[in-house]
Amino acid sequence: MAQDLAHDASQEHGLDASHDHADHAPTGIKRWLFSTNHKDIGTMYLVFSLIMFFIGGSMAMVIRAELYEPGLQLVDPERFNQMTTMHALVMIFGAVMPAFVGLANWMVPLQIGAPDMALPRMNNLSFWLLPFAFTLLLGTFFMPGGAPAAGWTMYPPLVLQTGDAMPMLIFAVHLMGASSIMGAINIIVTMMNMRAPGMNLLKMPLFCWSWLITAYLLIAVMPVLAGAVTMLLTDHFFGTSFFNAAGGGDPLMFEHVFWFFGHPEVYIMILPAFGIISEILPTFARKPLFGATSMIYAIASIAFLSFIVWGHHMFVDGMPMAAQLFFMMSTMLIAVPTGVKVFNWTATLWRGSISFEPPMLFALAFLFLFSIGGFSGLMLALVPVDFQYNNTYFVVAHFHYVLVPGAIFAIMGAVYYWLPKWTGHMYNMALAKWHFWLSAIFVNVLFFPQHFLGLAGMPRRIPDYAVQFTDWNRVSSIGGFVFGASQILFVILIVQCVRGGKRASAAVWDGALPTGLEWTLPSPPPFHTFTVAPEIK
Amino acid sequence: MTATSASDIGTSRPRASYMGGLPKAAGTLAACVVSAAASANTSNGYNLPPGVTQISQGIYALHMEAFWICVGIAVVVFGAMIYSLVKFRASQGAVADTTMLHSTKVEIIWTIVPVIILVVMAVPAAELILKMEDMRNSDLSIRVTGYQWKWQYQYMNDEDGIGFFSTLKQDSNFARELHSGIDPNTVPNYLLDVDHPLVVPSGTKVRIILTSADVIHAWYVPDFGLKRSAIPGFINELWFKVEPGKEGIYRGQCAALCGRDHGFMPVVVDVLTPDDFKKWVEQQKAALKQAAAPEPAAPRSAQVLN
Repeated sequence: MAQDLAHDASQEHGLDASHDHADHAPTGIKRWLFSTNHKDIGTMYLVFSLIMFFIGGSMAMVIRAELYEPGLQLVDPERFNQMTTMHALVMIFGAVMPAFVGLANWMVPLQIGAPDMALPRMNNLSFWLLPFAFTLLLGTFFMPGGAPAAGWTMYPPLVLQTGDAMPMLIFAVHLMGASSIMGAINIIVTMMNMRAPGMNLLKMPLFCWSWLITAYLLIAVMPVLAGAVTMLLTDHFFGTSFFNAAGGGDPLMFEHVFWFFGHPEVYIMILPAFGIISEILPTFARKPLFGATSMIYAIASIAFLSFIVWGHHMFVDGMPMAAQLFFMMSTMLIAVPTGVKVFNWTATLWRGSISFEPPMLFALAFLFLFSIGGFSGLMLALVPVDFQYNNTYFVVAHFHYVLVPGAIFAIMGAVYYWLPKWTGHMYNMALAKWHFWLSAIFVNVLFFPQHFLGLAGMPRRIPDYAVQFTDWNRVSSIGGFVFGASQILFVILIVQCVRGGKRASAAVWDGALPTGLEWTLPSPPPFHTFTVAPEIK
Repeated sequence: MTATSASDIGTSRPRASYMGGLPKAAGTLAACVVSAAASANTSNGYNLPPGVTQISQGIYALHMEAFWICVGIAVVVFGAMIYSLVKFRASQGAVADTTMLHSTKVEIIWTIVPVIILVVMAVPAAELILKMEDMRNSDLSIRVTGYQWKWQYQYMNDEDGIGFFSTLKQDSNFARELHSGIDPNTVPNYLLDVDHPLVVPSGTKVRIILTSADVIHAWYVPDFGLKRSAIPGFINELWFKVEPGKEGIYRGQCAALCGRDHGFMPVVVDVLTPDDFKKWVEQQKAALKQAAAPEPAAPRSAQVLN
């Protein structure tokens, strides 16, 4: 035990202000396995997320390849359902959420002038739970019966027909949830307790604010998901009847509990993106964010409202009229603070001095394309029309617009924004622009036609379709293949940048106006930063 | 028996080859911009079907209203964005107005105006909800039960117990198998045809009582503007009334993931005139009587040992 303490003390260097020690990093595999450093843990989250993005992406490629033509060519229907289920689980819990946590780990301490996260060892556990959870989950592909195939929404009774993969699914969800809860606790405690003197909450950057609110959402709803899947577990193995009408239960109760988690979950996946856009746009418009306080209130309103709209996922389930009216109106109301954000971002551009570096390109694409996702969301809120849209490709188009050119583009924009800071090298600008334009154009080729398919009546989660849906499916699949292939450029660029490139200055974006403590540090920053608190004016 | 309806037009398009190559795909990309895909419902292939009930047409109107409002908002907002990106470029020498930090007045305006727009959208939506929830005074009740993977229809109004299963038609069922070698384009109404469709009269308020025998399914007919979940152990109620003159065959699908063959359990409704429907009911009753009649004594099998 004494040896452990000594080891930890030498790792933390907290009290030693000399530069040599601040930049001394441990070596070898121990550096990563036992890391308590927010930069290294952030890096691990981001690398993990990128790997998961490709795994989830290859499942999407199988889906789009199968849907290229009517008839079944590649997979049988059961395997197809495994693809759609796992694609969603991997993308949501393995790509998007860990990427945002990775960005938080890297940037929050730097932006608030803190030496590290408040709970560095718990930070390590939060990360390492994820590879373990995903080994369990992805391993189900190799089990008899294959991976779970009841949709990422896991509705009973269908999910209770899952075979050997059932305990892996439940356990993996529990582990991912625990990881998120611990990460969220860490983020809140860090922001509340470790801001540098002089940084009051209103001076905190928008990215930090967006994560502070997201962290509260996570703590509120991840335990709810845990409860829901535990009830699935006991119904499946221990003879309970939570979701079995014959035993006095109700399948709809699962939908209520799941979506009480599920709706805030989608805001968990977008609020940090809002924070990122609020960082990038002002930098490349050379103008402070318009209405910054209003923007914080808007995020808080969205977070609050996200708790009272879950019923809009259940409009077709036989909901009483009063509930239909309530959920319709509360859902429509979310358009107001979201609109306020879009207007404030536009006002930031207005009368600015705008340049189009890769982070800005992604932020601008977000602004346009996330708004399109917002419009389809508003349409979906209208109950009578939702009876047509529900469970069709219109819904698939909506959520992919807000998640791909929404959350994912924001993540990529953030990487393009901060990668020179992290690595100390500028990356290949031409490659970045190729990646951007291919992604931005083909994400639309991939998802826009899906609006048409849904309106024309094509249901979702089907491996094969009536022949009149062929044309738009073909277009969408082509978009998918090119979009997917373009992401390889992103990997090449990142690997090249890590290895070398033109030296990046501390401010990185010369000529632009980055504000924020991270730009006062060298690029790359030393292993330990702000071991002495900075002075905030 | 049935009049041909608009819904049957263009349901299958013969194609020259089964597997399209890249040049064909590129051609498709170009062509589909010009010609909308044909469809098995009154949709034009890229928009909602207006449908054949008052409710479906109300839904279509609400959808178009919401769509145009969104287009209007998009024109204004995207217009302001595009204008900014063109006019205020650093490369063209634009200098940022750093005094422009916030404006409470503007925040209030762009909070209130969206609320007003939302109210405008919500009022017709609420009215339509009220109409859709009015289950009173139906003329015919049918119990629909979802199974893995077919539908069961049972007519509740008469004591003769007309009821049957409705399963994906054989030709579609063979063609859809993995590596079947059958081109779906050669199968009429591929994946949207059944052996025994639901038969209902036009001009009649039909009430559906919906449940499931196993997992959650959903009964979905785009042309009626109808979708409802079929939940095991629970009953959902819905109604529709096809306008007179809109007789024909209307096709939908299961709209809730229900396992392996979720994509292969279509919903087909054959809407007849009230007179034709009466004739059909008589035919069904006669067939039931015949099936229930006692069979003549059959000789015992030679294999039965004494």
